[in-house]
Amino acid sequence: MLTDAFIITRREIRDSLRDWRIVAPIIILTLVFPWIMNFSTRVAINFVEEYNATIIPLRLVPFAMMIVGFFPISFSLIIALETFVGEKERNSLEPLLGTPVTDTALYLGKLLSAMLLPLFASYLGVGSYLLGLFLTIQYVPEWIVFFQIVLLTTMESLVMVAGAVVVSSHTTSVRAANLLASFIIIPMAFLLQGESVLLFWGQYDVLWYIIAALFVADIILIRTGIRTFNREEILAREIDELNFGSTWRKLRGYFSGAAGKRFSLISLYTQELPRLLRENQAAIGVTVLTLLIGGGLGALFAAQHPLPAEAIPLFRFNADAFKQQFTLPGYDFLPNLDTRSIFSHNVRALLLSALLGVFSFGSLALILLAAPMGLVGFLAAQAAPLGLDPVTFLAAFILPHGIFELPAAILATAFALRLGASMIAPPAGMTAGENLLRAFAELVQVFVFIVLPLLLVAAWVEANVTPQIVLWIYGR
Amino acid sequence: MSRLIEAVGLTKTFEKNTAVDHLTFEVAEGEILALLGPNGAGKTTTVRMLSSIIKPTEGYARIAGQDVVNDARAVRHLVGHLTEFPGLYLRMRALEYLDFFGELQHLPREVRHQRAKALMEQFGLGDARERRLGEYSKGMRQKMALVRAMLHEPRVLFLDEPTSAMDPLSAKQVRDAIADLRGKGHTIILCTHNLPEAELLADRIAVIRRGQLIALGTANDLKLKLLGEPTFELRLAQPFNQSWNSLNGHLHVEASGELFLRYRTSTPKTANPSILRRLHDAGAQVLSLSEMPRSLEEVYLKLVEEAAGLKSQVASNKNL
Repeated sequence: MLTDAFIITRREIRDSLRDWRIVAPIIILTLVFPWIMNFSTRVAINFVEEYNATIIPLRLVPFAMMIVGFFPISFSLIIALETFVGEKERNSLEPLLGTPVTDTALYLGKLLSAMLLPLFASYLGVGSYLLGLFLTIQYVPEWIVFFQIVLLTTMESLVMVAGAVVVSSHTTSVRAANLLASFIIIPMAFLLQGESVLLFWGQYDVLWYIIAALFVADIILIRTGIRTFNREEILAREIDELNFGSTWRKLRGYFSGAAGKRFSLISLYTQELPRLLRENQAAIGVTVLTLLIGGGLGALFAAQHPLPAEAIPLFRFNADAFKQQFTLPGYDFLPNLDTRSIFSHNVRALLLSALLGVFSFGSLALILLAAPMGLVGFLAAQAAPLGLDPVTFLAAFILPHGIFELPAAILATAFALRLGASMIAPPAGMTAGENLLRAFAELVQVFVFIVLPLLLVAAWVEANVTPQIVLWIYGR
Repeated sequence: MSRLIEAVGLTKTFEKNTAVDHLTFEVAEGEILALLGPNGAGKTTTVRMLSSIIKPTEGYARIAGQDVVNDARAVRHLVGHLTEFPGLYLRMRALEYLDFFGELQHLPREVRHQRAKALMEQFGLGDARERRLGEYSKGMRQKMALVRAMLHEPRVLFLDEPTSAMDPLSAKQVRDAIADLRGKGHTIILCTHNLPEAELLADRIAVIRRGQLIALGTANDLKLKLLGEPTFELRLAQPFNQSWNSLNGHLHVEASGELFLRYRTSTPKTANPSILRRLHDAGAQVLSLSEMPRSLEEVYLKLVEEAAGLKSQVASNKNL
């Protein structure tokens, strides 16, 4: 299988090397851009050293190294779209599909060909940038940071190429693929900004987590790519024009269930919603597990970082203090203690988490649920050293509205996870787009008919009942 | 001759659209089967299933005993596929291109070089071996795609519109090559809209419409079945003084004159020699006796129109 993959890789790389539109920018980004960056770095260093800001050059060089490395690999996205969907558009893919090459070899061959040239250019760019710095100001980077940048660049290149394959498998034209590529470019832009902050902040350890996350994303995308880039899927798709009518009909079909029957609130609550919950038990299970892990991690963190007694002033609580707590500076992120504010805050948070879930295969939705649970675990674990019973603490602060809010949050997150993961592995006989639409329809159904009513009740309880219980237990 | 291609109940459904609907046929070794049908009839989908490129939704097919689903890689070694569009890599040189496909078929370097050169010579591309494929004309690209399909000497060839976009000379070269391949025992399925070409080359004709096989047989069988008995025309040098019926009582006379007779018969092998004998005995001078030409196009149009009529009749019956 690998032999066939390498035959394809070799041909594709030769083909790329014959295309001046690919070669010219790569040469510029490999040789000219590092030289410009090198010059800029030296000017910046000379400037900031006049003000004894020596830390800035130390942080600037790894950042510049990352930029120099990233620019050439951005071409891997273009090459990937060209090699996967461009071939489909030019009808040169079918002769290849008629050969004994397996789908996986074909995929690997094209994946490697899209990656190797830009990656080689990227390493060369970083190398020439560092060589320039060494020759001019004798700068030698920390090898671990250098290694991290190289790893990051490689992982990012793989994410872009593997992502491009997933995008390509849903289109039949380069134009459509370019438009869909925003699903790759936007998260990559966010990632680069995050990495830049970390590099300037000097938090190099956190880069390992990003490398690990990218590695996981690579595996998921490659798995999805192997599943979607096969003869059957490629040739079954003849057109990819955005058909709003068909999309709407499909979406409506998913809303009204497989039978396409008329909407009935009774059958929704007695048949449809219970079926959806049954079918999504795995996603719900994963969400509950994440929630528990979040709480557990919060509690562990509390043991490592105990708060001083006055941080949780439970013994000074009265009704006014309780309300004022939410208007103090630093608590601006919390909603006012009334039903409407709490409800809209929770709805906003869960919708945002679902939206982020789409761009992250559902992972960000899980993280956004785990974070507040981590906070709850952290506070509950802080109660014990202060001589308070953690169970009573949870029963007072969380339980009254949590009975409604937690199931709502779990269900919203589980279906957001399902929505995000729908692109990875569509069931047989269904395209990723159809699976995405179905998951979206299911999320909307669960959100509107279960999550919103629960959140509404939870918000009322949180605004009117929870404070009374807290005051009853802890108040003066 | 042994059966080399076997399709039983072959069906392919894309979402709600059935592209190929329970197709059953066989092709013997060394036979050429022309697959005819309107655009969108399911010809390309059928060929893709037989080439193990896509899987049937229902039914099965075997190529030289190898199942197109379970033995897909073996099948792809056995078949050569000329696709509807040449789909060449235009930045590659011709020999380099063939070398790439030869390598994917696991042919040794020497073998693929020799075959590539020989085939390019055969198709008149010998002088363009080192040229980039982007510089090739439409017809040259089509021939190049055919060379690619033939490079690994497949036992079965699927040719989708092999002479489209070709000038008459190139088309003749390709037709000769196809006839030559049949002579060497290759089995060929020819998808084409060029009906005279199909009649000229194919041993049997299969007509499909909306994924269903609506006719299968030799061109003559189909003509007989759809257009009736063949019509013959007899021409004489001098007027015939006797009654035409005296020649043969079983003839269906369509038209006649003093110097000619046009008739239909289901048994030309016995009827025609008998007529000639009687004319000779009667002292008549025969100028010619020939079968009136009936084109495959007539057969094809009748088949497709009949199938369309049947479909609309069924639809209107359902509405009633």
